[in-house]
Amino acid sequence: MPFYVSPEQAMKDKADYARKGIARGRSGVVIQYDDGILFVAPNPSRALHKISEIYDRIAFAAVGRYNEYEILRKAGVRYADMTGYQYDRQDVTARGLANWYAQTLGTIFTDSPKPFEVEIVVAEVAEAPAEDQIYRITFDGSVNDEHGFVAMGGQAEKITTVLKEHYAEGTTLQAALTTAIAGLAAQANGDRLEITASQLEVAVLDRARVHRTFRRLTGSRLESLLAEVAPGPGTAKPGGGQGGTAEPGAGQGGTAEPGAGQAAGGPAGAAAPATPRQRKGSGSVPPTGDKGSDTEAGGAKAGGTEAGGTEAGGTEPGRDNPESPDRGGSGSR
Amino acid sequence: MSDSSARLLAAAYLSVGTSSFTEFLTTAAPELLPGTGGMSVSGSAARDLPHGTTIVAATFSGGVVMAGDRRATAGNMISQRDIEKVFRSDEYSCIGISGVAGIGLELVRLFQVELEHYEKLEGRALSLEGKANRLAGIVRANLGGAMQGLVVVPIFAGYDTDEGIGRIFNYDVAGGRYEEHRFHSIGSGSVFARGSLKKLYSDGMDASDAILACMQALYDAADDDSATGGPDVSRRIYPVVATVTADGYQRLSDQDAASAAQAVIEGRMTDPDGPLAVLRQPSGASQ
Repeated sequence: MPFYVSPEQAMKDKADYARKGIARGRSGVVIQYDDGILFVAPNPSRALHKISEIYDRIAFAAVGRYNEYEILRKAGVRYADMTGYQYDRQDVTARGLANWYAQTLGTIFTDSPKPFEVEIVVAEVAEAPAEDQIYRITFDGSVNDEHGFVAMGGQAEKITTVLKEHYAEGTTLQAALTTAIAGLAAQANGDRLEITASQLEVAVLDRARVHRTFRRLTGSRLESLLAEVAPGPGTAKPGGGQGGTAEPGAGQGGTAEPGAGQAAGGPAGAAAPATPRQRKGSGSVPPTGDKGSDTEAGGAKAGGTEAGGTEAGGTEPGRDNPESPDRGGSGSR
Repeated sequence: MSDSSARLLAAAYLSVGTSSFTEFLTTAAPELLPGTGGMSVSGSAARDLPHGTTIVAATFSGGVVMAGDRRATAGNMISQRDIEKVFRSDEYSCIGISGVAGIGLELVRLFQVELEHYEKLEGRALSLEGKANRLAGIVRANLGGAMQGLVVVPIFAGYDTDEGIGRIFNYDVAGGRYEEHRFHSIGSGSVFARGSLKKLYSDGMDASDAILACMQALYDAADDDSATGGPDVSRRIYPVVATVTADGYQRLSDQDAASAAQAVIEGRMTDPDGPLAVLRQPSGASQ
């Protein structure tokens, strides 16, 4: 560098750069429920994961630049397996891992010319919800101890507001998923959140499981859970996540569709035109038809044109930011 | 402190590198690998370390069973009565060890972490062949120790989800890997166990018959090898028996192992040498 740059300026520039990079990515949500911890993130890819297992009771979630948080994920697995091997499996803790990540990210932020554009969450499930731990580590190595729920990524504030409204302690998985989806739907920019099994990455740390508690929720299991998710943020209630309490008009689309509100239970929802509503129909209708249509961006069922239009109009779901060419082959997620 | 923190932040953790935990340890912490760590050990000292002794494995329709005795000896003394030598290595496989118990147990631990590590990093489990090969590599790494008398030889068995059958793999200290069909045995009592299984085993047995055959084989091994322990009825210490099928790894409960062992013992009360094999086939009957 030809000219002197003050350290404050240099650090500020790095921090701004990292924040911008992270903000481009889609946010994710981590939320406690009675039997464990739930992770939800928009992710159309089946191969590239934002949420992963680190150890028996510890999971990892990240937003930002994929190749960078992949490095951190693998390093975390190595750290955990190494510690568990050297000592014992029960001696591997999220706290230790979070501290290690803090050190690592802090060093990278200070020493390397380009900071990692990532924000990660490390969570550990315990015997009881009160002992669960959730840590959020930012690009510069700051660790935040979170409780109940946390939103990661660029739209975190908006999502947190929604989550705060709807979160309740000790709810079921279904209710927690409803809350999480409501939060994610608040990621504005006029994007519709596509609440389909193929566009979401969902995983849990299930405290009842022995040994390895991490489980991905995919396929028909996820579809049936999503079918019960109420439409729109205004209607999501933690206890009664089922469509029964959902006011049909609330939420996106705003199409007057009284039938769809209750469609969680009924097959009548098949004709749902608006994007959030199409989930409700698909849950109860035999999966094959819906799966085929949901996976393809353009294809909703009856409401095909509108859903297709929504997605084409907004940012393409699969890429977080079409204008950043340097996202690498895998893109940021 | 600074040394360990330097290591923690070392490139090894952040490298793109390999999905093998063993290779990672070799770079990041070689002192944690099983074996002598480069020290030389005198042969007589090796003899006085606890040795483990007879493991049998047999395939049946739909899977494979592995059973191991519970005795560890050091020289002429029994150093442990209830040592376990058969372990779950992952959901669809199991491993048994013979030889120096201390190193064998480390090897099992390393292998278990190796398999889980790969699965977490790669997002998929290794194929059964891949697991067998990794174990061969770990055994090979202990060759230096083996040459000094710290011999550890494992036996590996698993359920092949693609083929739907149980498979058994045998090893030598040089890391050679050999697939065995039907049944196999390792350890000091393996000679007797194998002879016994030769007469008792039949193709297409079901799980409970295969378990019983293995129990008989272990009993025969204990009968002729002082380093192999038979069932200890008064202390209720029975062989560890595990099956691997499409439903995964399952270790027989103490009760089930006890009843299988009891069935063998009762038979031996009248026939101490065990079930009699048929010497001549009745003429005309095809076999």
